This record gives sequence, C-alpha cells and structure tokens, in this order.
Amino acid sequence: MQDKAPRTGPSMRLILLCVVPVLVVLMALPRFVDIYQTQLLTYGLVFAIAALGFNLLLGYTGLLSFGHSAYFGLGAYSAAFMVRYLGVGSMELFILGGIIITGLVTAVFGYICVRHTRIFFSILALALSQVLWTLAYKFFWVTGGTDGLRVPFGSLTLLGGLVDFKGGGGYQIFIIYYYYYVLLLFSVATVLMWVIVHSPFGKALQAIRDNETRAQFLGIQIRRYRWLAFLISGSFTGLAGILWVPLNGLVTPDILYWPFSGEIVFMTVLGGFRSFTGPIVGAVVFNYLKTYAVASTEYWQMLLGIVLVMLVMVLPTGIVGTVARFYGKLTRRP
Amino acid sequence: MDILVIQILNSIFYACILFLIAAGLSLIYGVMRIVNLAHGSLYAFGAYVTAWTIGTFAAGAPIWVLFLLLPTGAVAVAALGALIEPTLLRPLYNRPEEYQLLITFALLLILEDAMHFLFGGVPLTAGAVIDSMGTMPVMSLRYPVYNLLVIFIGVAAAIFLWAFIYRTKFGVILRATSQNMKMASALGLDVKRVYVQAFALGCFMAGLGGAVVVPAQAAVLGMGIEALILAFIVVVIGGLGSLEGALIGALIVSIVRTAGIQFFPEIELAVLYLIAAVVLLVRPTGLFGRA
Amino acid sequence: MEILQIINLKKYFGDTHAVDDVTLTIQEGEFISLVGPNGAGKTSLVNVVSAYLRPDSGKIIFRGEDVTHAPVTERVKAGIARSFQLVNLFDDLSAFDNIALAIFSREGKTLNLAKLAHLDDEVSAETDSVLGQFNLLSKRNERARDLAQGERKLLDVAIAYALKPKLLFLDEPTSGVSTRDKGQIMDTIASVVRGERITAVIVEHDMDVVFKYSDRIVVMHQGAILAQGVPDDIRNNDQVAMILLGTSGPDAFTRKD
Repeated sequence: MQDKAPRTGPSMRLILLCVVPVLVVLMALPRFVDIYQTQLLTYGLVFAIAALGFNLLLGYTGLLSFGHSAYFGLGAYSAAFMVRYLGVGSMELFILGGIIITGLVTAVFGYICVRHTRIFFSILALALSQVLWTLAYKFFWVTGGTDGLRVPFGSLTLLGGLVDFKGGGGYQIFIIYYYYYVLLLFSVATVLMWVIVHSPFGKALQAIRDNETRAQFLGIQIRRYRWLAFLISGSFTGLAGILWVPLNGLVTPDILYWPFSGEIVFMTVLGGFRSFTGPIVGAVVFNYLKTYAVASTEYWQMLLGIVLVMLVMVLPTGIVGTVARFYGKLTRRP
Repeated sequence: MDILVIQILNSIFYACILFLIAAGLSLIYGVMRIVNLAHGSLYAFGAYVTAWTIGTFAAGAPIWVLFLLLPTGAVAVAALGALIEPTLLRPLYNRPEEYQLLITFALLLILEDAMHFLFGGVPLTAGAVIDSMGTMPVMSLRYPVYNLLVIFIGVAAAIFLWAFIYRTKFGVILRATSQNMKMASALGLDVKRVYVQAFALGCFMAGLGGAVVVPAQAAVLGMGIEALILAFIVVVIGGLGSLEGALIGALIVSIVRTAGIQFFPEIELAVLYLIAAVVLLVRPTGLFGRA
Repeated sequence: MEILQIINLKKYFGDTHAVDDVTLTIQEGEFISLVGPNGAGKTSLVNVVSAYLRPDSGKIIFRGEDVTHAPVTERVKAGIARSFQLVNLFDDLSAFDNIALAIFSREGKTLNLAKLAHLDDEVSAETDSVLGQFNLLSKRNERARDLAQGERKLLDVAIAYALKPKLLFLDEPTSGVSTRDKGQIMDTIASVVRGERITAVIVEHDMDVVFKYSDRIVVMHQGAILAQGVPDDIRNNDQVAMILLGTSGPDAFTRKD
C-alpha cells in the first residue's frame, strides 16, 4: 500500500484551484452586472455546452463535423414542439424528451457518417444536417416555417415545478433564475464530459485520433467507437439547443442552417480544440465577439471571417493553446 | 406533353448550372485535395459581377455588347481565385486537411459580406439578356432562347473540360499532379503554378455558372450558401473529383428537383437526400468517385 | 503444439507475387526470424497474417481455428499482436497511456466511459511493470512523440507485448537504431518474450541478431520460402548466403571487422 506509483492523471488539486474561483465568480455575477450582461453570459454558457459536445468529436476523436447545427436545432425544436403540441412547460421534460429525440437522430446520422473519414465525413455531416433544415423550412404547418415556434418564458417551470414565472417580475426574474439553471447544467455537463474524456473510452478515442491503424491493432473497433463519440457529441449539443430556446424565446430554421455549424467550429477553434477548456473559453469569447461585431458593423460576417483567417494562420492552437504555450515557456527550467 | 418537354428543358438548363459549379468543385478537389466551402459564394460572386456589369454599362445596349459582358463574372472570379490560392491556401498545405475547411469557411464569411458591401442588399438582375434573345416555339409553347444557349454553353463546357483534361499537355500535367503531387514535383513540374492554375480554373467554372444563371435568376445575398449544398449533393452522388460524376450527378439532382417541385414540392429535397443516402450506402465514394 | 499454420498463402499485387504460395508451421514458444532481401515478402507475410492485408487465397490456422477471414480486431482478441517497422505510436499520448491503452483494450475496458482511467490501479500497476521490463519507466509521463528513436521502437514493441499475445510479430524491431543500442533492445525483447513463452516471429535484416536469438530461421526470397532451419543449418547453406549476402563459403556470415 505504501509503494504506490505516482498517479499519472491530471492533478485534482490544480484543477480545483482553477475551477473554484471561476465558479465563485460565475455564481456571484448577477449581483454585479445588469440583466443584459447576465443574459449574454447565459447564451455564452449554452454555446459552451454545444462546443464541449462538438469537441469530443474534433479534439478527442479527430473528426471535424460541419453539421452540428442539426443536433442543436433538434434540441431546440424538440422543446418547442413539446410546448406547442403537448402543452408542456417543464424544463426537465424538455431535457429528457429533447435528448432522447436528438439521440435517436444522432445515432442514425452518426451511423452514416462514421463509415467515412476526414473531408468526406465533414461534407456528409453538413449535407445530413441540411435535411433537417429543409424539413423545418418546408413543413411550415408543423414547424412554423420561417416564422418559427415561440417558447414564451411565462409558461416554463424549472426544477420540476419548484420555480415558475407565472407571477409578476417578468423577464428580469426569469433571466436571473434561468442563468443559475443554465450554470448548474453547464457545470454538470462539464463534469460529465471531463470524466468521459479521462476514462478508458476517452483514451481509446484519442488513440483512434492519433493512429487509427494502431488502435485497430489493439483490438479497438474503430467504427463503433467513432459512432459512440458521435452519439455523445450530438446529445451534448442537443442539450445546448434545448437550453437555448427558452432564452431566445423563438426557434426558426436559421438555427439549422449550416453556417451555424460553422460558428460552432469557429468557437471551438477560437478557444483551442486540443484542450479541454478551449471550447468553453472559445464559446464564451465568440459569443461576446459576435454580439459586439453585430452591434458595431453591418459587415460583421466579414469581421468574423478575418478573425478566423488570422486564427488559422497565426494561432491555430486557439486562445487556451496559445496561453498554455506561453505559460510553458515561462515555467520551463533552463 | 408540352409541359413535360418544357420541364425537361428546364431540368437540363438547371443541370448545366449545377454542372459548372460541381465540376469546378471536383476539379479543385481532384487536383489539390481541397474542398472549398466558399465555392458557392464564388458562384454568387460571379452572378453579382455579371449582373452589375451588364446593369451598369449595358443598359439599352445591343445584344452583342450584353454577350461580351456576360463572362465578366467568370473572369473576375478566376482572378479572385488566382489571388486566394497563394495567400490563403498555400500556407496550409502542410497542415491537416481540416484546416482548409476552416479557412474556406472564413473565406465564405468574408465573401458574403463583400458582396453585400459591393453590390448592396437588393437583388441584381440581368434580365435584359433574356429579353433581348426572345423566345422560340417548343411544341405548342414558347421557351426562352437564352435557356437553350445556356444548355449549349453547359454542353460545350463539359466537352471543353474533358478535352482539356484528357487531351492537352496541361491536362496531363494536371492529372499527374493530382495523382502524385510529390512525384510530379520531383519530375520538375512547377506544382505551385499547377495548383494556382487549377484553382483559378475551378473558380472560373463556378463564376461562369453564376454569370450564366443571372439573366434567368436574380443575384441575391445568400444564393451561394444555398448553392453549395446542392453542389455537395451532386458530388456526393456523382463522386468527388470526377468530371463524369459532376455531369451525371448534376443531371440526377436537377431532374429530381424539377420533378419534385412539380409533383411533390414539400419533400423534393428530402427525396434528393434519400437518393444521395442510397448511393452512399451502395457506393460510398459516389457513382464515379475514387477512394 | 502448433500455434500457427500458414497453408498455401498467396498475396498478389497485380503481377507481383508478394506472398507466393507460402506454407509454414510455427510451434508454440518458438523464436523465429524471418529473413530475406528487400522485397522478399517478409513484411507482406506478416501483414497478411496479422490481417493488415487480406490474402488472395490460402488458409491461416491459429491455435486450431481458421482465422483467414477474421478482421484485425478479432485476430487481436484471439491473441495475435504485432509491432511495426515504421514506428506506429499514439504520438500525443504519454508512454504510460500508450501501454495502458493496450491493457485496457485487452481487458475489454475501453468502452468504460464512467470511470477515470488513471484511477484503475490494476492497469496502472501493470503498465508500470511493462514499462519497467522495457526500460521505459523513467519516460512514462513523456509524450510518445518526444521519446528518442530507440525508445520509440521499444515502446512500439511494448504496446504489442502489453496485449499479452500468444503470437507476437515484430517487424524489424531494431531497424533505424544505432548498433550500440541494437544489442540492448534485442536483449530486452528476447528476455521478455522468452520469459513468458510468447511465440515470436521477428522480421530482421541484421544476421548477427538473427543468429544469436533464433530457434529457427526462415529465409524468404521473391515471395516464397527458400529455406528454413536452425541457425547452424542456415549458416552453412550456400544458397542462402548467396541470396542474402552475394557471397558464399564457410565464412560468409562471419563479421569481418
């Protein structure tokens, strides 16, 4: 018992040291900033969940999906359908139903996509996502078409009915409560993903990413693992979509249109796709970046495009990667 | 019966446009192993340039002037391509291929707003061209002569491309480089020049598609993003990197779309995707694709 | 007991007969060297038996079972493992993780996504033990990419070994390694392999290594087996000497330093 070899895993002490202050700040935030900022950060956390899910495929399995808008949109539309056609208002039911529906479609799409690799995988994921877009667009009597479906916050309940918004106080109250709700789910999602990525399964995914052939010669069935990663990835992004729609109040086919998949890729690359926290940082930063770009210029797409070019050319490891590299240089012994 | 003939003509017209776009996409992929996510936006750019040139310089001008100005879109996009390849794409050749998707997506964002900035948010048309050519009788109905011209251009482009790739010296160089870039380079071929020329040619095709469609269909913001999806379906069905695949794929997609819009409009795109899915299951690399 | 029977195995690449009607039996516990000039078909043979390539015809019987058409993952599960001539590692993972993965896979634990990998003490202990056997323990936390060439070669072999295979194919385990390190590496491999009675088939060019460690030598030429036997027989086989060295005679295989 005494002679245990030193653990080779991540240092829990270091992690808690970094995470606890961040969590404290996030929890205290609504006291110090206005409603608009709280709302903005809520969006950031929602996209962080989406990016976290997306990066399981890119950073850890080596598969670039340009079709993740499908799963985000599925989650969003599932919740919207439940409001419109089932009269449901419970967020928990949205989450349950939405993840199941998203999971089913992801399983099918994933099955088709993982039989292909690299560029073809990316194109296929993109093309499949547009199936959903056309369905949302064309079947307008079901999906509301371009007008979309509304999800008013007044009929929502959180925590199984413990919290509702039927009384007065309106939007402000909703945002405060919803922020904490999203923060809670974001924390849960992050912990879940962290465990998955550091599990034997997560290691196997990384092996497949690094050397597909060798992984096969270890007895790992490549397709099955990729498919599982795809399923988990899509489900996480679906959860983000479910959480997004009450915030946005409305879901339209735009969220399924493939440039949004590009945004998910963008935010992950911005933060750094080779690290665990990269997607989280990237999503939050991208959210601010896009919001202020849209506010400051009509040609915000071009602005974002230029940022992406610079990112790819100069800082391919993203924010977290670049910071990590500098930190490594500073702390390296001569 | 007459309507059927018109529909068939429309399908072929539309297929020619799709072929031009998809052939460009496939050519670029075939030679350089690059999938250009901004390819649709380049098509849109070609449409805009042509519409703008004709609208600005040729209002009321005789037909031949209109026709002279028609290819300006294609030329402009080819020039753009010659600029893009060395600046944005070449630095990334040694990186994993996923990076090209990222940078071409960035290019898409930039191009979309560039078109917005240069040409405004209002649709631009070049309807004058169609009007100036009039219509001709097809069975008991009348059909725009211009559309028939486009069909002719499409067929000519297919033949030209085929001849260019399989019958000319440059075509041999192109094929050698696409099959084995390192070997071609070791044999003394200037791979950099081949790449920029191939890319410019691919862009020219996309721009030509836009230039040629704009008399019939106005140039609007976002047309490129939509076009890319269809181009992708064409290459998924026909095979990425294959000229024949682009042709057959374009025909299949176009016929299904035209028939679909006529008979089952809600699910016409879904039917298309279904066909693509079946092709993928049976032949994962597309009808004519290589692994 | 016969652990592997290769019967009339053929693998053609167009007109090239990479594996030309090869029949070979390997006994359990043997240490076999597969030699021959470049292009003789040694690596192709290993590739076909390890399921990297599909045979065109013939049979492969492993421990009594016909595995001719079994895919890679099945053959690995059955007990066949291999290392690679061009080092094939998980470059961005640590040496520790490289080995641990093999063990997790062997134990069927790789579908486990609810537990943290580094908390599995059994696997960690075994990983350290394997690293120790291959003298890589001091490098356990370094990325595979950052190891020296000789260490990478050893890691490549160690990963295959960690699968606890019954039959281990090593494709040129000392190629690209300096002469000084070769002996050390082969000593390590041989002692580990013999210690556990693993049947080993090594593709090698260095005849000193081959003669020193092999129970039996199989010489291939142009896709077929030219000769096989104990080291002394091969040493005195003029035809083999001619093919491998270009000269023959009693001293052909002696190093002339």
